[in-house]
Amino acid sequence: MADKILMKGNEAIAEAGIKAGCRFFFGYPITPQNELPAYMARRLPMEDGVFLQAESEVAAINMVYGAAGAGARVMTSSSSPGISLKQEGISYMAGSELPGVIVNIIRGGPGLGGIQPAQSDYLQATKGGGHGDYRLLVLAPQSVQEAVDLTMEAFDLADKYRNPVMILGDGMIGQMMEPVEFPGETSPEELPKKEWATVGNEGRKANIINSLSLQAEKLEELNLRLQKKYKQMQEEEVRVETTKTEDAEYVIVAFGSMARIALSAVERAREEGIKVGLIRPISLFPYPEQVVGKVAEQAKFMLTVEMNCGQMLEDVRLAVNGRCPVYFYGRTGGVVPTSQEIYEKLMELVRGEK
Amino acid sequence: MKVVAKRPRALMDKPTHYCPGCTHGITHRLVAEVIDEMDIREKTIGVAPVGCAVLAYEYFDCDFQQAAHGRAPAVATGIKRVLPENFVFTYQGDGDLASIGTAEIVHAAMRGENITTIFINNAIYGMTGGQMAPTTMIGQKTTTSPYGRDSKSAGEPIRVVEMLSTFSRAAYLARVGLFNNKEIKKAKKAIRKAFETQKAGQGFSLVELLSTCPTNWGMNPAEALDWVESNMVPYYPLGEYKTPEGGEDR
Repeated sequence: MADKILMKGNEAIAEAGIKAGCRFFFGYPITPQNELPAYMARRLPMEDGVFLQAESEVAAINMVYGAAGAGARVMTSSSSPGISLKQEGISYMAGSELPGVIVNIIRGGPGLGGIQPAQSDYLQATKGGGHGDYRLLVLAPQSVQEAVDLTMEAFDLADKYRNPVMILGDGMIGQMMEPVEFPGETSPEELPKKEWATVGNEGRKANIINSLSLQAEKLEELNLRLQKKYKQMQEEEVRVETTKTEDAEYVIVAFGSMARIALSAVERAREEGIKVGLIRPISLFPYPEQVVGKVAEQAKFMLTVEMNCGQMLEDVRLAVNGRCPVYFYGRTGGVVPTSQEIYEKLMELVRGEK
Repeated sequence: MKVVAKRPRALMDKPTHYCPGCTHGITHRLVAEVIDEMDIREKTIGVAPVGCAVLAYEYFDCDFQQAAHGRAPAVATGIKRVLPENFVFTYQGDGDLASIGTAEIVHAAMRGENITTIFINNAIYGMTGGQMAPTTMIGQKTTTSPYGRDSKSAGEPIRVVEMLSTFSRAAYLARVGLFNNKEIKKAKKAIRKAFETQKAGQGFSLVELLSTCPTNWGMNPAEALDWVESNMVPYYPLGEYKTPEGGEDR
């Protein structure tokens, strides 16, 4: 294992992409993810790769589409307003079954919003985002190290399912510096060949990358095949971390950097003898609904904490399915809840229970 | 019996969905002939647009990607950057290229992407049923310019080849017409030159083909060909606007 080095989240994610065998990056400037493309612009030429600053996010995601269709591991990154622009291309990638990794370092919205950290793109990321019935695999890291690990894994998952994967971070994950290590390295030559890619049809029938189906029954067939993939993801790709939930009477649910802050509130309440636990979904799609549902059986209530107005809350309620009350605490617009605020909200609810 | 004409290898043996008198069929054939003559079929990747040619991948016998509306040059950029030794071409209409995809074509030309674009200018949106295009002629009636295109509110037709001529990395730019046999021969020569430009790695190449849409123009095929010559050619002059050698011929 290599030594630990101190890196900014955005740069670590970029290096993780390179370590996973990605040699093609297409992006467009937007804060707070600018260090990611800048790092790629410096690093990729050293690896005989291609960094290209596109004319827009729309063009960038379509370059990703073309490169993915040509069989390459390929990546793009952006932040909320830019991700909205990419949705057309992401829908086409899902419909054409193309792998690719898309990083969203969320900032506050709606509209132009602000540049401070937020989690207000949860619904956009986990419910498809663009037009049509599709899903992305969505992974939400809580630290720079986890961002590295999940990004490297994202490329394997994208290839395994022939589906775009989104790394959902926020301004904090992108901007903070932490020590990281990179678990190994894959060179593009080691990767299995993609028989479906358009690389020239020497000695075989032409390969077509396409999402058009003018016959309704054919298009339904594609949709049913996609749904089967999503079901397989739900069976095989759920990632979740639980802390002190075994005997918990009260449970906080939070993802990404919010979970890290919530953990401090959990620890403080534990010191005072309050039996609190934390569920941290790491894969937001597929959602760890079984874990949340199971813990709900023993909990007096759940408290969902988010940097938005209550988006994951919907998935928590679906998973809990009436087994216990579900409360919400959040700040939005780029305001980050402190562990003190979460602790106070928790204690207020605990007092109400007694 | 001597064979004097046959289907190019690069075309599939199937009927197209194009309307009678539409010149898409001619253009498909010219592109396929050039691919055959250069013997590059197995190294070629086409990019289909959104528009009448959306099904181009059904007719060419080479690898293809279907792109979102207007994004073909971006998709082609992605492919070519991964496979610089392959031939990559986009096939786009005027709504796709000159309206929704203006940014993509301008920037592909500016970067000098080593790709070839086949640009069909028939002054109208065909597939959606005859709406005004950015290339629609002044006074031309369409479903969305029922009183004729008025320059005061809809501007004047975009001359794509002239616009792209300002970019030094746009290596080969030509406009041809498909209204008689002589011009069709010239069109093929231009398409060949465009692919040769790509082969030599000289940068971006585009051939604009003044084409017909008899169905949406409300004309018979012969009238439509005449209309190209008498109405479009005066506004869209034919010729080579840029060549890798630096010359112009028009």
